[in-house]
Amino acid sequence: MAERRKVIIVGSGPAGLTAAIYAARAQLEPLVIEGEPSSNSDQPGGQLMLTTEVENYPGFVDGVMGPELMGIMRNQAIRFGAELRTAKVSRLDLSSPSPFPLWIGDPNADEPTVEADALIIATGARSLMLGCPNEERLLGYGVSTCATCDGFFFREQHIAVAGGGDSALEEALFLTRFASKVTVVHRRSELRASKIMQERAFKNPKIEFLWDSVIVDVLGDTKVSGIKVQHTSAETFELPVSGLFVAIGHEPNSGLLKGQLDLEENGYVRTIGRSSRTSVDGVFACGDVQDHIYRQAITSAGSGCMAAIDAEHWLEERGE
Amino acid sequence: MSEKIVTLSDATFDEHVKASDVPVLVDFWAEWCGPCKMISPVLEEIAEEQAGKLQIGKLNIDDNLEVTRRFDVMSIPTLILFKNGEPEVRLIGAKPKGQLLQEIAAYL
Repeated sequence: MAERRKVIIVGSGPAGLTAAIYAARAQLEPLVIEGEPSSNSDQPGGQLMLTTEVENYPGFVDGVMGPELMGIMRNQAIRFGAELRTAKVSRLDLSSPSPFPLWIGDPNADEPTVEADALIIATGARSLMLGCPNEERLLGYGVSTCATCDGFFFREQHIAVAGGGDSALEEALFLTRFASKVTVVHRRSELRASKIMQERAFKNPKIEFLWDSVIVDVLGDTKVSGIKVQHTSAETFELPVSGLFVAIGHEPNSGLLKGQLDLEENGYVRTIGRSSRTSVDGVFACGDVQDHIYRQAITSAGSGCMAAIDAEHWLEERGE
Repeated sequence: MSEKIVTLSDATFDEHVKASDVPVLVDFWAEWCGPCKMISPVLEEIAEEQAGKLQIGKLNIDDNLEVTRRFDVMSIPTLILFKNGEPEVRLIGAKPKGQLLQEIAAYL
């Protein structure tokens, strides 16, 4: 028989761990299936594990390192009795009412691994890749999605960053610590990043911008030697760089949920009104898997709190 | 850290990796790398479970640029499996334990 839990939380970024803290304090003995190590942002601790300094999380006057912040949240959840399992859900089934079966490991096993009375989805989002021909082949050989992991290797070199949002500028600014020059390649003529990040980037003498430009390929035999850029004027040219950091946006980790509950057209989980409830009774969603607008650690944490409280109320109403 | 894991440096790398009777899986890592922290406990487990069949070595890239450059490491964590002193497999990025074991299984 599968182990049955009152609350199971899938994901362990700020949303999942905040939900775990609240659910644990409500004596719901939550199980957090936190994910498995990975470098593409669906790992234990979530996207903050790939960052350095977090300057906008309230309570940390001097900022805090992303991985350190996640370590603190994790310990706080454990302190109140949350159980964390370093594993990945391979399948879940929302076709029958609660309890919901979840599989870890073999998704075709007859018996599910665990069953949840209330299920909280906090699987987050992952970085989008450009999708150009040689990008994947050169991943780890100059193409990177993690400036904090790989910036070190580009001392005194010219590198490119793809994107125009906060993450792209954060990466670009961080990379100026190492690189001699950072070219931000953006497909439009203005940035969508916050004003403070824009100001910092415009002021930095090592950063330059290529506007209205799309990277159509990555060049290089055994490592990156340049990128092929197409300007909206239809002109194509090559820019010699030794690294390419991709920060063009995110997609939700909602693959497991397709066809099982209502998703928005862009794949994000649809929540009902000002709650964390989803289209399936007893299933709640929080964090970046249901938010393509704010996408901050603090809004994720806030929505994780909402999901735990919504789940607690839902269990109470069922008389459990 | 597990006593079954050996700390490598520019000075000791060749001596350890070439002289080892068993394959050596070298973890190129740094203190400031989140995904490196994630795989650290996984490597501890593997070191215990595969003792006698596989040696795990850790090389801090901040302190050991010579070896890091020699093997063209450009992303961390990078794991390189050495057999008879020669690099056989290179794994880039943090990966789950099952996948790590699977990718090196053929060389053990």
